[in-house]
Parts: sequence; C-alpha cells; structure tokens
Amino acid sequence: MSTTTLAVLVPLLPFLGALTGLLLGRRAPAYVRPLAVLPTLASAALAAAVAVRQGGEGALTGATRLAPTGNDALPVELAFHLDGFAVLVAVLVAAVASCVQIYSTGYLRDDPRYPSYAALVSLFTAAMLLVVYSDDLIVLLVGWEVMGICSYFLVGHYWETAAARSASLKAFLVTKLGDVPFVIGILALASKAGTFRISTIVTRLTSPLSGFELEHPTVIALLLLAGVAGKSAQFPLHTWLPDAMAGPTPVSALIHAATMVAAGVYFVARLLPVFTSSAAALAVLAAMAAVTMVGSALAALAQDDIKRVLAYSTVGQLGYMTGALAVADRGAAVFHLISHGVFKALLFLAAGVLIHAAGTNSLAAMSRTGGLAGRAPDAYWTMTVGLLALAAVPPFAGFFSKEAVLAAAEHAALDPAEGAAHAVPSAVGWAVLLAGLLAAALTAAYAARLWLLAFHGRGFAVPGGSASPGGSAVPGRVGQPVVMNAVLWALAGPTIAVGLLYGALPDWFDGRSLAPTLTTSVLGTGLAAAGIVVMYAAWRHSTATAAARAPLGAVAAHPEAEPAVSEAETIATHRAAYGDIAAADDPADPGRLLLGPLHRHAARGFHLDALYAAVAVRPVLAAARLVRFLDREVVDTYVRGATGTARLLGTAVRRAQTGNVQTYLGLLLAGSLVLAVAAALVAAGA
Amino acid sequence: MHLAYPAVLAVLLFCTGLYGVLARRNAILVLMSVELMLNAVNLNLVAFDVWLRDTLHAGQALTLFTITIAAAEIGIGLAIVLLVYRNRGTSHIDRLRELAETGGTGGTDGTGRPAETDGPTVADATDNPADTRLTRGEATA
Amino acid sequence: MSATVSLAATATATAASTASGTPGFLSPTGVEILFLLVGLLTLGAAITAVTTRQLVHAALWLVVALGGIAVEYLLLSAEFIAWVQVLIYVGAVVVLLLFGLMLTRAPIGRSPDADSGNRPVALAVAVTAAAVLVTVVVDAFRTTWIDLENGAPQGTTDVTGRILFQHWVLPFEALSVLLLAALVGAIVLSRRGDGRNGTGAADGGER
Repeated sequence: MSTTTLAVLVPLLPFLGALTGLLLGRRAPAYVRPLAVLPTLASAALAAAVAVRQGGEGALTGATRLAPTGNDALPVELAFHLDGFAVLVAVLVAAVASCVQIYSTGYLRDDPRYPSYAALVSLFTAAMLLVVYSDDLIVLLVGWEVMGICSYFLVGHYWETAAARSASLKAFLVTKLGDVPFVIGILALASKAGTFRISTIVTRLTSPLSGFELEHPTVIALLLLAGVAGKSAQFPLHTWLPDAMAGPTPVSALIHAATMVAAGVYFVARLLPVFTSSAAALAVLAAMAAVTMVGSALAALAQDDIKRVLAYSTVGQLGYMTGALAVADRGAAVFHLISHGVFKALLFLAAGVLIHAAGTNSLAAMSRTGGLAGRAPDAYWTMTVGLLALAAVPPFAGFFSKEAVLAAAEHAALDPAEGAAHAVPSAVGWAVLLAGLLAAALTAAYAARLWLLAFHGRGFAVPGGSASPGGSAVPGRVGQPVVMNAVLWALAGPTIAVGLLYGALPDWFDGRSLAPTLTTSVLGTGLAAAGIVVMYAAWRHSTATAAARAPLGAVAAHPEAEPAVSEAETIATHRAAYGDIAAADDPADPGRLLLGPLHRHAARGFHLDALYAAVAVRPVLAAARLVRFLDREVVDTYVRGATGTARLLGTAVRRAQTGNVQTYLGLLLAGSLVLAVAAALVAAGA
Repeated sequence: MHLAYPAVLAVLLFCTGLYGVLARRNAILVLMSVELMLNAVNLNLVAFDVWLRDTLHAGQALTLFTITIAAAEIGIGLAIVLLVYRNRGTSHIDRLRELAETGGTGGTDGTGRPAETDGPTVADATDNPADTRLTRGEATA
Repeated sequence: MSATVSLAATATATAASTASGTPGFLSPTGVEILFLLVGLLTLGAAITAVTTRQLVHAALWLVVALGGIAVEYLLLSAEFIAWVQVLIYVGAVVVLLLFGLMLTRAPIGRSPDADSGNRPVALAVAVTAAAVLVTVVVDAFRTTWIDLENGAPQGTTDVTGRILFQHWVLPFEALSVLLLAALVGAIVLSRRGDGRNGTGAADGGER
C-alpha cells in the first residue's frame, strides 16, 4: 500500500468504527468493544507506519476535488498534507485515543450508554485525525466542528447530573463563540490568499520569490486566534475547560491530551506564517499565553477537585505552547504538544483510577483518607512519573519540551536580530520567557501539592501498608480493572522517554534545535525545585498546625460498581459536600497557606465566570425576558384582540341567524336593492 | 297609451307582493303575495310586447307560460304547506325555525315544537314492531 | 336590474326619436283614463289583500286584483291572455288557495297575528324598492307611446294561437311535461306515510 492510501485510512478507520458502532450498538452489544478498540488501534498502527515512511522527508500532499464553490479558482478539496508535524501529531492522537478506548472498556464496563460513548470517542478521534492531516481549510473546519459537537455529547455523558449538563452546554457555547470569528477568518484568509490549501498559503507567504503580501494580516490573524483561543482554552475563552471535568475521566484525557485542545495549537503551527506576518497578532498571542500560564497555575493551586487541578494545568501547558508559537518556534510548540499529550493522558487516566479507589475526587477528602498509594499502587507510581514530567524535572519528557519552549523564548528575547526574519519583537520573547519561568515554579508547586495531598494524607488513615495490589484498606473498596492499570504503565514509558527525542525531532520539524540551553535549564529547574520545596514546607506546616482538623469529605456509595459510577456520584455530590464545585473549605490545604488572600479568587478562576455572567449572560437573559414580555403582552394582545373581534363579530352575526326565513329574505332583498341603486347610479353616470 | 302607465302599475303591484311575502305570517298568504308579484311581471311582459310589436310575440307567449308555471307552483306550494301543517301543526312560517342553530337564542319556539311532535311518531314507529313481537312471543310461550 | 336599465336606455333612445309626435300626460286618451282607474282599483285590491287581517278576505281581494289585471290585459289588446288569466287565476288558483286556507284551519274572521314581526322591515324594503323602481321606470319610459289603434291586431286569439303553435310549440310541449311533473309531485307530497299505518292518518285525511 502506498503511503497515501495508509494516510487516508488513518482517519477513515475510526470514522467507520464510529458509524458501525452507532448502527450496531444496540443490536449486537458483543461487537461494541472490538468495534471501539480495534479501528483505533489499527489507525494508531497505520499512523505510525505513515510516520515511519514519511520519515521527516519532504511533505507528501494529495488532493481530490470535493465541492465547487461557485468560484473555480477557489475549490474545496479533500486534500492532505503530510509533513513531520502532521505525521507525529497523528501518531500521538491515535495512540492516546487507543489508550483511552482500552481504558474505557474497564472504566465504563457496565454503562448502558457505552456503545454510543465509544462510537463518539471514535468519531472524535477521526475528526481530530482529519484536522491533523487535512490540507484544506474547509475540510479542517469540518473536523473542527465535529470535534465541537462530540465534546458536547461526551462532556455531557453523565447528563443525569446538573453539573454535566451545564458543563457540556458551556463547552459548546464557549467554543462556538470562538468559532464564529474563526470561520470569518478562514474565509477572509482564503479570499485574500486565493486558495483554501494551507500548504499553498504557507508557500506563498514564505517564499521570497513570490513576493506575496497578505492584506490585513492582523485582522485575519486575530479572527483566527479567537477560534484557537476557544478550542485550545486560552485566556479569555478557557472557562469551559475546568467545567468540562464533569465528563468521564477518559473523555477528559482525550480532550486534554490529544484531541480538542491540541487542535488550536496545531492549527496555529500549520498557519504560523500568517501569524508572523503581523507583529500585533504575535503580541496578542504572547499576552494571551503569559496571562494563561500564570493565571491557570495560580488557579490550579486552589482547586480541590483533582481533575480540576489537572484541567488548569492543561490550560497552563497550552499557554506554553502558544507562547512558543508567539516566538515563532513551532517545533518547540509541537514538541511540547506531543510530550504534554503523553503525560497529561497518563495523569488523567491515573486520576480516574484514584477517584475510583478513593471514592472521591476531592483532594481534601483524599488527604484525610490516607493509604491511597497502597490501595492503588499502579496509579501511585505512574502518577508520580506523570507529575514529575509535569513539573519539568530533568529526565522526564516535560523537562525537554518545556526547555525547548523557554529556549526559543530566550532566543527571541535576547537575540532579536535573528528573530527579525520572523519579525518577532523582543518584548514578546521577554513576556513569554518571564511568564514561562514563573509558571514553571507554580506548576511544580501545584504538582507537588496534588501528590502530597493525594498520596500522603494522614488524618484518619488506616495503615495503608498492605502491599497487595488492590488490597482494600477501606472495606468494600475493590481493586482496579487490569486494563486500566495496563494502560497506565503503557503510557508511563513514553512519559519518561519521549523527551529524549529532542535530538531526532528537528529532522521532522523545521530543523531548529530543540536541545535545552544551559541558562534556561538551570533557571527552570531551579525554580521548579524551589516551588516543590516551598510547597513541601507549607504542607508540613499546615498539616502540623491544623492538628484538630475538622472531619471533611464524602465517599461515593457504590464501591463495587464500575469506576464511572463512582465518578458520576462524586461529581454530583461535590457541591453538597464541600460547598463549591471547584474548591473545598479545607484549612489544612497548603495551597491556601501559600496563596493567602488570593486563594478565594483563584479557586473561582479569578471570577472570570462571574464577569461573563455580568457582561454576557445577564444582558442576554434580560433581553430574553424583554422579548418574552413583548411577545406575551404586546404581540399576543394583537392576537387576542383579533380573536376577540372575530368572536364578537360572530356573536353579533349569530343574532341575525334566527331561522326566520322572512328575515333572511328581507335582508337579502334590502342588499340587492342597495346593489340595484348603485348599479343605476353607475349606469346614469352619477 | 303611455307605456309608463302599465310599467308603473306593474312596479307597484310587484312591491305590494314583495311586502306581502316579507310581512305575512301565514304561508298561504305568502303564496298569494307571490302570485301578485308574478302577475306584475306578466303585466310588464304584455305591455312591452304590445309596445314593441314583436312578430313572434315572445312577451305574450311567455306570459302564458308564466301563468301555467304559476299554476303548477301554487299546486306544489300548497302541497308543501299542507304537509308542513300536518307535521308541525302550523302554517306560520316564522315558527319554522329549523334553520337556526340549535341552542341558539332565536329559535325557542321552533326548536321545541318539532322535538315534541317528532318524538312520539318515531317512538311509535320503533316501538310497535317490538310490541307485536313481544306479544307474539308470549303467545307462543 | 342592469338589464332593465339598458332596456330603458334603448327605450329612451327610440322614444326620443318619436318624441315629437307623443301626446303629453296632461291630455289623456279614454283608454288611458280607463287603464288608470282600473289600475287604481287593482292596486287598492292588492294592497288590501296583503294587509287585511281576515285571511279569507285576503283571498277574495286577490280575486279582485287578478280580475283587474285581466281587464288591463284587455285594455292592452291582449284578449286571449286576459281570458286565460280569468280562467286560471280567478277560476283555479284562488279556489286552490281557498282550499288551502280551509285545510290549514285558517281562522274565519279577524286574526290578530296575520302579520309577522318582520313587518317594519318588509315595509321599508317594499317602499324603497317601489321608490327606486318607479323612479327608474318613469325616467326611462316617460315619453314612450304604445300605438294601440294602428297596425295589425296583436293579442287576439287568432294571432296568439298561430304564434303559439308555430313558433313556440316546443316550449309549449316542454311546459306540458312540467305540468305533469308538478301534478305527480303534488300527489306524491300529499300521499301520506308511504303505506305506513301512522296514527296521524285520520286527522289530515281530507286531501
């Protein structure tokens, strides 16, 4: 098979799997699991084969005309463009999706809605692979929107709980809010560049021979940026992502690690020349990245829900990627995207195991249970690896990719002469560099907080030394499904190893070195270590002083059921048990000690939701009430008036209908008399 | 002779008949008024025929036909009136208000009466065979 | 109505052409005076017939009115029609009406409820119609003159019979079928109960 055929099969297989899964799901439940797992696995294998065959060589493109647009010079084509970025991201997407599918067979093993769930995950994967491979902006948009609707359904999987319902709606609306300018931006870009093909646009922009200058690059870049911010959860439009934690954990892993949020970053990486033609767009991108990195790290410090901590960390890591893009180094951005995809998938899937083992998603409750490491040893070890990667501790994947980003920023900040080719202002480089360093310390701090609270709680700990895997310290807690733990270990390997690819990856990417530089390595690692140490000290302090800590926490009531049940229950009860969907009123929380007065604001995401409520939601509601009032009281009055008049007239006319034929005849003759007089007058010419 | 004389007379007779049709209560008097109107038309036909000196004398021929048709009409009309009188016990046409919607305000006279008169006849028609069958059944038993 | 108006228009046109030789209304001929007097009698009888409270009297006044119209036919030289009028109307129709009154047990003497409550409306409609029609007719035919003295006879039995059986024989035959149908219809309507032994058969059996 040619590489082209293989590449076509990569998005097609999960799509067909989703289709057959949806069609057969109810009738043949036995086929659901193979239909969910096998196409995704095959797709991952094919993606790897495509990557190997492509091997960092020149880009492979292929196209077939899809639909006429009324302008023959501007057709929509089913085109793909396989360069190093595309094939590697595709491998990541397919691999993570396979892990998620396998994990889900254990996680949702008794769920009655599993068939539709698995089919939607497959569809989600197919859409993301389409986005990755596609060379046509319109086809890319199709995949982009399919992901949006799939995320709506998947985040709302536990639709029995109010939180999931509102979270899915919020995810849909917020991303759509970004998609509207995104579509306008795509159309504007295509009409200015004269084609929908991404590779053609990039060639025209970068080739010095063509002399092509994009008109209004800032407007187009900012319009596209709105869609990217919505999809990739950057600063003003990131609020949907923490709330999307109301979905099942594998879905969170899929959305956060490989598919949806990566799409925005990947899109910018593909179209980077469009953004670099406008310094203003780069500045906006950098500001967005800096605010996102620092703000999300602070918010992550205050969260109580373990998954929300990870969600905010995703927002922050995406900030690193957009920061790398702001300094025009897409190699670093995609490198971080890949390594982050691996370790964030690991973290989320491990968190799913933990939530099942602990019966709660609250860090406060976990810190009081104790012995969690003993009950879920696989999750403990793999999560430790993942958190070390997240905190960018040297040998792990996160260290190398983050260093690549910081090095690129440092390069742009200190050496603007070289960056002049891309017209990156040095202020942009400084902003990204400083924010990245600050965020590195904070990231290490919240990773340490999560680890300490989740695995080293004391309180009412039953001695958690029982070494047997799945040995239950809390009576009734059963062990974890084997497939889930197997997936964790399968992901732990790449988490350690993927960073070492920094030497090989430039061949696949633009060729710029991704190796860590000494300055940023020392600075970054030092700051991370400082963050860890400070957090440890604060934890010691708070656990020591808060000796008389109040009992706190609630545990899911069905320990023997499938893991998803525990999660749904714990999501539904979090607000009732802790007073807030995000935070818990826990005096022993070291994050509270460190953040001080900032804690209250950070726990609520710096009141961005309240701001949106005040700016957008309330006016819309008020307008809706106004419309309702106008409809009920004004428009309906006319309708009621019309019916009332008709009824009144009817009553009046009914009185004339007496059944007396003489009356009828008299009226008839009177009428004809009037007509006769009129006719006579007309005939007489009067 | 001036044509205006028979024409005006015809008009006045016609309007008299019109008044009778609209004002009279007894159905037979209404029929009489109809006859007056027909005669007014006949007078017109004859007068114009004479004035125009029609070679076919269409006016006179039509008058003859009208008279004949009026005779037929009065025969049928009287038969209908008699039938109504037999069924409803009245020939007052303002009491025949079947055209009004039932339960309406206007037709209390007309709606009440048919129900009273129709009821027994229908009951008779259905009850009688049943009664005879019953008596026959008793006889055989 | 419009037909009347157009007819009136043509009549006015023809009348205007002969207007010079038309005598005025102020110098009536003897026929006109007779026509007027009989016409007044006819009209009075007709009005009495539709307003009297005695039902049988109404039928009798109708006889007077119909007879008056027969005289008017004679004055218009349509003698055959006049005799037919006397024969059929006065002889047959009124007798039939009197039978009808008798069979519906119409009260002899004054009946207070001879007129319905519709009377004001009827009066208004009739008076208005009369006013409109008289206005139009007089306006159209005030100068039209019927020449009764000169020319061939128009309404003699000879003429009428010839016309009727030369030109109008087919409608005449059709009319005979209509009369037959009316006869059959009247009989069907008058037969009661279709052979059913209704208890009400005795009280209306006169017819």
